[in-house]
Amino acid sequence: MAAPGPEGSLMAIIGDEDTVTGFMLAGVGNVDLRKKSNYLVVNEKTTVKQIEDTFKEFVNREDIAIVLINQQHASMIRHVVDSYKKPIPAVLEIPSKEHPYDPTQDSILSRVKLMFGAEMGM
Amino acid sequence: MSTQNRYVVAPTVTVLAVMKGRLSGAIKGHALLKKKADALTLRFRQILKKIVQTKQEMGKTMRASAFAYTEARYAAGDFKHTVFDSVEGASVKVAASQDNVAGVKIPKFERLGNGGETKMNLTGLGAGGQQIQTCRKAYLKATDLLIELASLQTAFLTLDEAIKTTNRRVNALDNVVRPKLENTIAYIKGELDELEREEFFRLKKVQSKKKRDADLLQKEKEASGANDHSKVANGGPAAPADGFMGSVKKAASNLLDAVGADEDIVF
Repeated sequence: MAAPGPEGSLMAIIGDEDTVTGFMLAGVGNVDLRKKSNYLVVNEKTTVKQIEDTFKEFVNREDIAIVLINQQHASMIRHVVDSYKKPIPAVLEIPSKEHPYDPTQDSILSRVKLMFGAEMGM
Repeated sequence: MSTQNRYVVAPTVTVLAVMKGRLSGAIKGHALLKKKADALTLRFRQILKKIVQTKQEMGKTMRASAFAYTEARYAAGDFKHTVFDSVEGASVKVAASQDNVAGVKIPKFERLGNGGETKMNLTGLGAGGQQIQTCRKAYLKATDLLIELASLQTAFLTLDEAIKTTNRRVNALDNVVRPKLENTIAYIKGELDELEREEFFRLKKVQSKKKRDADLLQKEKEASGANDHSKVANGGPAAPADGFMGSVKKAASNLLDAVGADEDIVF
């Protein structure tokens, strides 16, 4: 479990440049003394391996409570995201500018739907 | 079979009392766990509904934020390098607190800091500052929503796990522990009854033996009383004993004949 501490935990972001910029602007970004950042900008030069490694690093970091990841990038490392089962840090898939939100791909939402079944009526 | 699904215990009254205690404990525990599972499920369903709502809302908010970002870029030009350069410590952080549902601790996230008073404020001072601030606010709103969603999602996962464990325990108590205890109690009771019957039979046997002995003694006395006056010189006990042994021998040989005839008797 993340050690909350008095100053609170961080949110980490993996996403395209625009999404990350937006959240940086909101004040989520953090670069610590060793120049370790809590975000990864994914562009066309970023490899899948890089995304995977960063994702794994973020979910194992003590000071991160929430990991935001663009849905299209989550889909690239779907097996890693799906096999991630721990409640903390929470992994959230967010839509990006180019890719509108597709609820059917979300691993949590599909589980929710599965459990809710017919009650949802959606 | 009752011998398989039970505890290996000595069938005594003490153990019976212990087993009965454990059975009532198991039944009570089952009822309590069932209640807990119900409470968790209730909460779980509320959260499920909320998650779906929030996820859809998030889609909208993110769209709005992206639009605000595009607007800002249009007004202020490409400002992302300025933004990335001015990233230092996070001004928006998450505080984790705990919520308690029926003994299950659920983490809850809250936003710390308003993300305002940083260098970001100065971004776009030259041009498009207004749009950039709007964009910042839009993303801040999105962040809030995402934090709420994260809380819900964490609660969802934690509760899911807790419900599974609780249900497993409920079923284990109902389907494994209870029958086993009941079988053990039935076994002990049966065994105690058996002992009681044995004891009763033994008593009856002892009683009948005593009665037979008494009868024999009586007969002997009568016989010795009858022979007393004729065989005084020879010494009393020999003659009646002889007569008695003779009858026994006769009975025994009868019995042996019977044995020879009966093929069911092995020895």
